[in-house]
Amino acid sequence: MPTREIAGKVVEVDAEGFLCNPNDWTREIAEEIAREEGIEQLTDLHWKVIEFCRADFKARGESPTLRRITKESGVDTKTLYTLFPKGPAKKVARIAGLGKPTGCI
Amino acid sequence: MKRLLVLGAGTAGTIVVNKLRRALDPEEWDITIVDQSEVHHYQPGYLFIPFGIYTRNDVVKPRRDYIPPGVNMILSRIEAIEPDRNRVRLEKDNRYLSYDFLVIATGSQPRYEEVPGLIGPEWRKSIHEFYTLEGAVALARHLRSWEGGHLVLNISELPIKCPVAPLEFLFLADWYFHGQGKRSRVELTLATPLPGAFTKPRASQLLGNLLAEKNIHVVPEFAIESVDAEARKIISYDGQEISYDLLVSVAIHMGDDVIARSGLGNDTNHVPVDKHTLLSTQYPNIFALGDAADVPTSKAGSVAHFQAEIFTENFLRYIDGLEMTARFDGHANCYIESGFGKGFLIDFNYDVEPLPGRYPLPGLGPFSLLQESPINHWGKMMFRWMYWNLLLKGKELPITTHMSMAGKWQ
Repeated sequence: MPTREIAGKVVEVDAEGFLCNPNDWTREIAEEIAREEGIEQLTDLHWKVIEFCRADFKARGESPTLRRITKESGVDTKTLYTLFPKGPAKKVARIAGLGKPTGCI
Repeated sequence: MKRLLVLGAGTAGTIVVNKLRRALDPEEWDITIVDQSEVHHYQPGYLFIPFGIYTRNDVVKPRRDYIPPGVNMILSRIEAIEPDRNRVRLEKDNRYLSYDFLVIATGSQPRYEEVPGLIGPEWRKSIHEFYTLEGAVALARHLRSWEGGHLVLNISELPIKCPVAPLEFLFLADWYFHGQGKRSRVELTLATPLPGAFTKPRASQLLGNLLAEKNIHVVPEFAIESVDAEARKIISYDGQEISYDLLVSVAIHMGDDVIARSGLGNDTNHVPVDKHTLLSTQYPNIFALGDAADVPTSKAGSVAHFQAEIFTENFLRYIDGLEMTARFDGHANCYIESGFGKGFLIDFNYDVEPLPGRYPLPGLGPFSLLQESPINHWGKMMFRWMYWNLLLKGKELPITTHMSMAGKWQ
């Protein structure tokens, strides 16, 4: 696996830039990846979703699908598309330092 | 007497009872299969119905013809699975069936009600679908007299069964309208939530090029919020709008409601299982096969077939307390119709994406992989015969269960 430096830390990433090890993740890494994804400033609502996804990953061992985030995080789909434009589930997984959701097969 | 209960007599369930009835001693094992309808549908055939290539009779046969002697078949809706009591409650006579081992093969169904605005006065008029027999037949009728205009195929959400079928639908539509001399009056668009034409990078690029060559537009990352059926447009969560004259919708496919009622499913009612052995992650005497299972590969008949092979091999060891040594590798093998009598073949698994090359098949092949050719089209046409006559009955097919790298180019 290739490595790269994000927010001053060298971490392993996969071919699409997802962190290989969720434990490498820091809030600074999230902020830098968010900027790469075109999100300049992470708001409280962004963090609410990111933290939900990290907790859900910890509990279940996989990145939540969009359907699951909508159902469980209390943030509706429309808002998720505003917060994380284009593909929210994929985008938030990358920012949260998790693997790509497997829902998209 | 031990009891094996199989829920669902579709591709996976039917293969399993055929194979296990031969392998398990009838003095020791009772095998029962339950389904709610008496007809078996060859689902891959739906795709050809809108274009008049197949009719209803090509895709429907009585289920009983495919269930071997020595297997009890019960026609009933399933009320609930009660895994803690090792029994299943049927609607018919409120009967309970107890089991030692349970195989859930109840499939996955399109949920059009999940897309706001889809089902209403325009349903089966300017809004159609082809993942049900009724839908495919209704669309065939509609296309025969359709004057042309903008046909939009929208994939609303994943997972869907046979993720290449929407592309095949567009390729076949392009061919069909050419044949009718209407192609210049028809605009074809694919609106998909994916970043490209398909889920896997190399196949996505290749299929994307083919769509462009055939003048089929792609609107990627289109996540539908609702349909405005009156104004004939679809609207995405980020405010994009696409106007249509004919909308063909591919909605999310979810597992059967009995899975949800029984508390056995994930968010889309699919049963979580070990992706290599298909054993439930919750119960040591429940397996889930085919579209009903939550495994990260395509939901497709070929997958159900390969899983059924692996499962039966493992099951014969498992019941004797031995380790399950066969491992399902995510193998999927899909013919893709590309129109004008040609087709593609893709072959992949959990780890290897579809690659170009040649697919060896004794007697028929080789088929070209990830490249268009007439033989691939004939492969697909012949497959219907193989499905009804060999595959469902659990007979040997000249296809390997595990994906092989033979003939593939890296």
